[in-house]
Amino acid sequence: MDKQLITEAFNGCRRSIARTLSGLENRELNIADLRGLSPEENGNKKSIEWSSIAITGAPGVGKSCLIDKLLSRWAQSGLKIALLAIDPSSPRTGGALLGDRVRITANDSAELKDLIYIRSIATRKSSGSVPLVVADMTEFLLMVGWDRVIIETVGSGQSEVRCAAIADRIVVVEGPARGDGVQAEKAGLLELADAVIVNKSDLPGAEKHAEEIIESFQLGLGDTPPVLLTSALKETGIDEVADALLSLKDSGRSTRARWRERLLGHHERKILESDKLDEILALLAVGSISIDEALGILDED
Amino acid sequence: MLKQEERYISWVVLIGKNSLDHIMSEPLRIVVAKPGLDGHDRGAKVVARTLRDAGHEVIYTGLRRTAEQIVETVRDEDARFLGLSSLSGAHNHLFPKVCELLKEAGLNDVIVFGGGIIPVDDRAVLFNCGMRAIFGPGTPTSEILDFIEKACQESNIGVGGVSEWHWSSTS
Repeated sequence: MDKQLITEAFNGCRRSIARTLSGLENRELNIADLRGLSPEENGNKKSIEWSSIAITGAPGVGKSCLIDKLLSRWAQSGLKIALLAIDPSSPRTGGALLGDRVRITANDSAELKDLIYIRSIATRKSSGSVPLVVADMTEFLLMVGWDRVIIETVGSGQSEVRCAAIADRIVVVEGPARGDGVQAEKAGLLELADAVIVNKSDLPGAEKHAEEIIESFQLGLGDTPPVLLTSALKETGIDEVADALLSLKDSGRSTRARWRERLLGHHERKILESDKLDEILALLAVGSISIDEALGILDED
Repeated sequence: MLKQEERYISWVVLIGKNSLDHIMSEPLRIVVAKPGLDGHDRGAKVVARTLRDAGHEVIYTGLRRTAEQIVETVRDEDARFLGLSSLSGAHNHLFPKVCELLKEAGLNDVIVFGGGIIPVDDRAVLFNCGMRAIFGPGTPTSEILDFIEKACQESNIGVGGVSEWHWSSTS
């Protein structure tokens, strides 16, 4: 391990922080080895409700634009905010086009840019909307002095809940006119939300959709999480949401799901990091072994 | 269950047939940026797509970025390559500025290339600033990939590197 790099990262050097994050992402560095190196000034990790928050929802509901506005608000209040923005890797070539920065302008401000760190992350080989290594990257950013970490997941549909394995809180972003009332009744991601934001409230149907979501929660057990309306475009509702999210409580509904996703995530990582993976995929692709045989080879590890 | 030898043979056959399936263990991180007041990004998007399809992770900045913003992006994203695109004629001002700020920020090992409407007569100055390739209109996308591959084998060709090497482009 490059001791000098890590020391510089703990001293706040952004280049060294970025390189350490790459080391974690490429699994050349292990977060467990970095934990002991943190200088002892974590007394100020005082009573904040959460350190990491996942913002998830279908493609095109306005996650990136909303996050841009939240970054500005939170940085203006003096918080150091990191954004880990995740986009998908090609399942064929492994390449990725990471375009979340195109919509982010919060860090254009000379006063705020030192309080905002943005990193684009590709899902690489992992399935799901958040690769597990994001948990390590989040922990490291918190160690080197960032107050809160926002995780923007890949645009995801109804049942993708891997973000529960990684973030302290889950916020689901919805848009107006996303189907009839039955959509709000369907099982899945919404059930795990600590808050729901209906964005694009300047368009018709947003309030009605918010009401349907609230009704759906009220039919179930437990408290109804906050359901809030925003328009990232017209900048309405942003201040309220920025305040509400900062003190967002754990809905308690996702504890078991959280552990299930962590377990699945670690199991998947074990498979993806197997030396035999490439060989097994090649054999499966030409049909010379079956899935059961492939699982057998992996179990030999 | 196949024996070890049989497995090995199918593997070799497959590599020959479809090398796309051979996923790189660690993709390169490449920032593609549009400095200055220039709204033409077709070229930058084609290059970004080409790099993506070659298995790299491409971070696209979007339009109208300042030199400072581009350097901060390269720093925070820990990119190994930076591609600059300009069609506005301001390359002689913007490209050297980006190179200078990269060096100031200690990002000497980042490999910088450029493209767009860059007259051949202007290129020597840009190479002197530490850029390692300039691609004009009509460049086959495969040539950019050849450059990336070659650049990975050269040493000291970051923007602050001592090597005098640069790519001789066909257009």
